[in-house]
Amino acid sequence: MSLRLPEQPGSTRPTGTPVTAPTGERAGTPTGTPATAPTGERAVRQRGRIGWEVAGLGGIARPRVLGVLAVVLVLAAAGLVASVSIGEFPIPAGDVVRALTGTGGADATLIVRELRLPRALTGLLVGFAFGLAGALMQAVTRNPLASPDLIGISAGASTGGVAAILIGGVTAAGAGSYASVPLGALVGALVAAGVIYAMAFRDGAITGFRFVLVGIGVQGALTALTSWLLARADINEASRAMVWLTGSLNGRGFEHAWWAGLALLVTLPVVLALIRPYQLLQYGDDTARALGLPVDRARVVLLLASVVLAAVATAAAGPIGFVALAAPQIARRLTGTANLPLLTSGCVGAALMLGADLAARLLLAPIELPVGVVTGAVGAPYLMWLLTRANRVGRAG
Amino acid sequence: MPLTISEPAPPGQAPPEPTRSTAARHTGIVLVLFAAVVLACLASVLIGAKNVPPGEALRALTGDRSGDALLVAELRFPRTLLGLLVGIALGVAGTLAQELTRNPLGDPGLLGVSAGAALSVAASIGVFGLTSPYQYVWFAFIGAALAGALVYAIGGAARASAHSGGASPVKLALAGAAVTALLMSLTHALVLLDVRTFDQYRFWAVGSLAGRDGALAGQLAPFVLAALVLTAVIVPRMNALALGDELAGSLGVRVGVTRLLGAVAVVLLTGAAVAAAGPVTFVGLVVPHLVRPFTGPDLRWLLPGAGLAGAALLLGADTLGRLLDHPGEVQAGVVTAMIGAPFLIMLVKRGRFREQTR
Repeated sequence: MSLRLPEQPGSTRPTGTPVTAPTGERAGTPTGTPATAPTGERAVRQRGRIGWEVAGLGGIARPRVLGVLAVVLVLAAAGLVASVSIGEFPIPAGDVVRALTGTGGADATLIVRELRLPRALTGLLVGFAFGLAGALMQAVTRNPLASPDLIGISAGASTGGVAAILIGGVTAAGAGSYASVPLGALVGALVAAGVIYAMAFRDGAITGFRFVLVGIGVQGALTALTSWLLARADINEASRAMVWLTGSLNGRGFEHAWWAGLALLVTLPVVLALIRPYQLLQYGDDTARALGLPVDRARVVLLLASVVLAAVATAAAGPIGFVALAAPQIARRLTGTANLPLLTSGCVGAALMLGADLAARLLLAPIELPVGVVTGAVGAPYLMWLLTRANRVGRAG
Repeated sequence: MPLTISEPAPPGQAPPEPTRSTAARHTGIVLVLFAAVVLACLASVLIGAKNVPPGEALRALTGDRSGDALLVAELRFPRTLLGLLVGIALGVAGTLAQELTRNPLGDPGLLGVSAGAALSVAASIGVFGLTSPYQYVWFAFIGAALAGALVYAIGGAARASAHSGGASPVKLALAGAAVTALLMSLTHALVLLDVRTFDQYRFWAVGSLAGRDGALAGQLAPFVLAALVLTAVIVPRMNALALGDELAGSLGVRVGVTRLLGAVAVVLLTGAAVAAAGPVTFVGLVVPHLVRPFTGPDLRWLLPGAGLAGAALLLGADTLGRLLDHPGEVQAGVVTAMIGAPFLIMLVKRGRFREQTR
């Protein structure tokens, strides 16, 4: 695949695409970087401009966008702290700090470092990834209802992950087999996305509408496959797979947080580099094309980023529903922008995830619910509200 | 236009000739479908982990209970009967759902009705400790009815908005996906609490005709029959509804009552089918689209055709599943999904559905 991304910071290959991407970059950008700038200089400048563009998302409401982003960041951080300090063994925030610096009691140190911090970090990163993935997909398909968890991407990751757990469980006994789950989820999600994209492509274009319908069809087939795998497996393996399938942060260690963090480190620069195409696509294909954006290529790359993010998050925590769906819409309402704010969506996703996990731990304590049950119970009514509302005002089809 | 789902005749199919009676042609189609069902029944009885010669199977009919005849009488016959019943129920329910929602994607499985039944079945196993499908059929009914009402309410909210032009396939399908996701997350929570519940549930959840209680078909038949009678009674009114609510109303059809009766029939049929075989998706979706080009939109022909085609499809999928993983089997629900999903995608790809159905 010849996906040249000269916008990417540090890219050393500006040649070959001197027209397409820089044009897309330049369109609507008041600073107007010369397309002939040397590679290194451009990379630096673009990195600076990315910051400007992120802050200026939506243009007019820039202070509000920044303020909202700050508030949501604080919320997510508060969620992280609460998640670490609240539990069966409450640890005051001060003790949490002491445990982290190694000056606290042994019990608190163990609980914070080994149990709660990795879990909370995983929740934070996974929520961020889901929020980002949802914003990307909703923006690219221009449909607020298109989200990886409803149109087959998460189902693909589920099938791949369950297959990895069950097959890995047969070949390698014990916890070691978990290493294959992220890979299985990633492969499953990519295959599902590829099928959906190829099938929704017609007359040289995909529409968000076809994308959603095909996705629902693929989702049905994959769900059937997953239940088939579950029914064939040994009951203990199947139970393990079922826990993962429901979406849970229970027992998540640093290895999961690392995985999600690494994936975010790789995808986030790509996504940020593509923020201009991301914004342009939301104005519609024709407008974006008129402004010089190579629409189909930009869409593929953005969708790919969304799929990878959703798959990584699913691999770490299971197919947790509705975070990817709700986070971008909440973020957009908070910022009051016309477009979906990217980073704010991610931070809202992180805050949602940590809040849901906290609720899952506390609601029926000492029984702990999987976090996916909470997000499902909260998210589904929200989606139905969104649907009836969308129907009433006659949009979002 | 209410019925954008009617499709032109496929290339090989000549349009109805004026010299030939349409009724005769339709009778012919129904007879062909009937023959397909008979063939599927035969295959279902004769093919399996152990292939039974027809002579042996015949001995089972005469009351002989030795060797293969015992296997046929005890296992294959009940299974075939169950497939027949569930297939008819799903085919008719899918057609009714598509007509009621005016939506080519109206499949009880996709619309969340099956998920509602699944949740209440999981609850009946996990919370109330039920073990027999005859016991959980009631729960399947309740769950199917509640979920159906929920999706219907969302669809109704869409219909109430005159300016938006009604519920598009996408909206309704997404409403179904949302209801399904909600109910499945609750179902997961239930089955995760207890391993034994999960063990029972997972075999039910895959959608299969295998290993079901032999007497189940007989016990569920009254519900299916009642729903079929109800359907037969409202068919003329349903046909009028296809003209649009206003026109149907001016023809003297009580629109609300007819819709409600239709929904009751869908819930009875789906509830019975799901209780018996688990959530078998795509049969109700695919069958009306397959049959409609041959029968046209007239429900007096389309519904019987869909019932027969549903039975033939489900029995065929069940038999195919036994061949695919010989001597084990791939459950019928998996096979129908593998057939149905590409079919749905093909329909979408051909541009059968527009953004709005009317």
